[in-house]
Amino acid sequence: MTFNKKTLASSIALAAATLMASGVQAQMSDDEVRIGYLADMSGTYRDLAGPGGLEALMMAVEDFGGEVNGVPIDVFSADDRNSADVGANTVRGWFDEENVDLVAGMVASSVSIAVTKLLEENDGLGIISGSAASSITNEHCTPNHIHWVYDTYPLANGTAKAVVEQGGKTWFMLTADYAFGHALEGDVTKVVEENGGEIVDTIRHPFPTNDFSSYILQAQGSGADIIGLANAGSDTVNAITTASQFGVVQGGQQLAGLLIFLNDVHAMGLEDTQGLLLTTGWYWDMDDQAREWSERYYERTERMPTMVQAGIYSSTMHYLETVAEAGTDDPETIRAAMAERPVEDFFARNGYIREDGRMVHDMYLAQVKSPEESTGEWDLYDIQATIPAEEAYRPLSESQCDLVNN
Amino acid sequence: MTMIFGVPLAVFMGQLMLGLINGAFYALLSLGLAVIFGLLKIVNFAHGAQYMLGAFAALLGLQYLGLNYWVALLVVPLVVGGLGMLIERTLLRRIAHLDHLYGLLLTFGLALIFEGTLINFFGVSGSSYPTPTALEGGLNLGFMFLPTYRAWVLVAALVVCLGTWFIIERTRLGAYLRAGTENSALMQAFGVNVPLLITLTYGFGVALAAFAGVLAAPLYPVSPTMGSSLLIVVFAVVVIGGMGSILGAILTGLSMGLIEGLTKVYYPEAANTVIFLVMILVLLLRPSGLFGKEA
Repeated sequence: MTFNKKTLASSIALAAATLMASGVQAQMSDDEVRIGYLADMSGTYRDLAGPGGLEALMMAVEDFGGEVNGVPIDVFSADDRNSADVGANTVRGWFDEENVDLVAGMVASSVSIAVTKLLEENDGLGIISGSAASSITNEHCTPNHIHWVYDTYPLANGTAKAVVEQGGKTWFMLTADYAFGHALEGDVTKVVEENGGEIVDTIRHPFPTNDFSSYILQAQGSGADIIGLANAGSDTVNAITTASQFGVVQGGQQLAGLLIFLNDVHAMGLEDTQGLLLTTGWYWDMDDQAREWSERYYERTERMPTMVQAGIYSSTMHYLETVAEAGTDDPETIRAAMAERPVEDFFARNGYIREDGRMVHDMYLAQVKSPEESTGEWDLYDIQATIPAEEAYRPLSESQCDLVNN
Repeated sequence: MTMIFGVPLAVFMGQLMLGLINGAFYALLSLGLAVIFGLLKIVNFAHGAQYMLGAFAALLGLQYLGLNYWVALLVVPLVVGGLGMLIERTLLRRIAHLDHLYGLLLTFGLALIFEGTLINFFGVSGSSYPTPTALEGGLNLGFMFLPTYRAWVLVAALVVCLGTWFIIERTRLGAYLRAGTENSALMQAFGVNVPLLITLTYGFGVALAAFAGVLAAPLYPVSPTMGSSLLIVVFAVVVIGGMGSILGAILTGLSMGLIEGLTKVYYPEAANTVIFLVMILVLLLRPSGLFGKEA
């Protein structure tokens, strides 16, 4: 038998190399990275994420080169219509038929909470960028999702604390009568009372409400220093517009909007919103890096990005970079590997992913500019202070998440 | 201080005033619906979208053509009413002989198309429309600070409502209209152009919605979805008042505004539902509505 040791050795080496190569290939499920984008594409929350968020996601995929580890990146999207049922059914379909690797977007907190349950059941991975409820990484935490941009904890902690420190001691709360509003109201009440303030009265208004004049009149009658708006979207816009018509600010009261997006301020105009304090996770004009990215985004959409849209780009990039580095798109491995990499880009400063899935990063206290101060259509905020990542979010010592060892 | 059920009199009066203003809005919108249903038997589900188109036309007219508020108040109802007449001529007329349900579905579909198209171009956040300079500021009524513009809305809406009621119930033209819908063959035999009358009536109902839209523009953010949230309430008002009753729509609109206003003080959580509770009660006790003719 003319068997040659050298041939054997080289055959084994060749076989091993082939195996290894195919091994890497096998790590990328179905030879594609499949990202599903789920958001409100047509309703109240459309403009803060919606089609603009999908555009940010596509931009990240394009900037990454359209493929990772030699396999293409495929993006698809669906409208959840702010319904937890529709959202959950869509994602269930994505698991059954589309082999989705990453679910991105997600705006209404109720939708996100429903989807995270599915992510856990199907061993998937999701990054939530649009939702507010801090419970998403507290009592509803799973090892299968990450919450990226902001939540109700820093909103209360940033805005309410700053307002009380500036002398706004007595508060009248105007709260959207559903889970998100109640959560925000609770967080705000805690912060106001801890800092020596007082809640004099609370009104819970139906969601959504068209006419706020009656509530604003009641708030005026209360004599409180501050009217706190624990609502979002069109409710906040309506409340602020009405307050302006009824001369709330001239009457010596101040409004504190607790969840306000760039598109809300843009819609209302500076005349009605000037001087408003708010907490944001990011602002397009906050520094050179942010401006540079935003101008590229503006060229594609003709709108400046909200913090959610920027966060979608940032989180998608972080995901793709992790996949490239780890050589796999296995959800569990990627979730762990993502947490090992610090998040430091045009969006997040001092960012990292905690074991509860919360991506903590610096937050900012901003004030809406007056029409005289503003130099352009989108020149809307003046960043007044940075809230360091460590202080901004709910400390792990207070966490109710099962993944945190308390 | 005098108290009414635990609320200071001044606050109570203020809330009644605001309720009356909202009621005037409901009256104006439900009046258009009542005219269209009463005379044409069309359940106009596009009414909310037509109201929204009125507000949008005012906004775009200001931005692109420099049309001021007062011009818009006259021109926009004509333009949107004209669009309504076009819809009646080209679409509604073709299904006039079918069950009401088809008209409802058609107008609902149109509403979705108008809304979807505008969402595509303008998003949902909406834009603000400046208050006309002549109506800026406010009046101190002693018990409340009332923005001048809201006082104007109340007056304008009431004048238009009463004018419409007068035309339909007290003039010869109104008599033709009512007769034409009652027995169109006979009216045509008398030489009255009934199809034209119907087109004009639909156009008029739509123009009322657009007028309400222009009135609303400086009050609420102008957005493509502003009509759909209001439409359901307005339909409830029409049902309570009695489908097709002109005076019923006006009086019910005003009183529902008041009831809603008081709910916002005593139990705000129910403010969005109270009108529907009244509707259920009315349907149970008087199915044809408060002012409807017994079926």
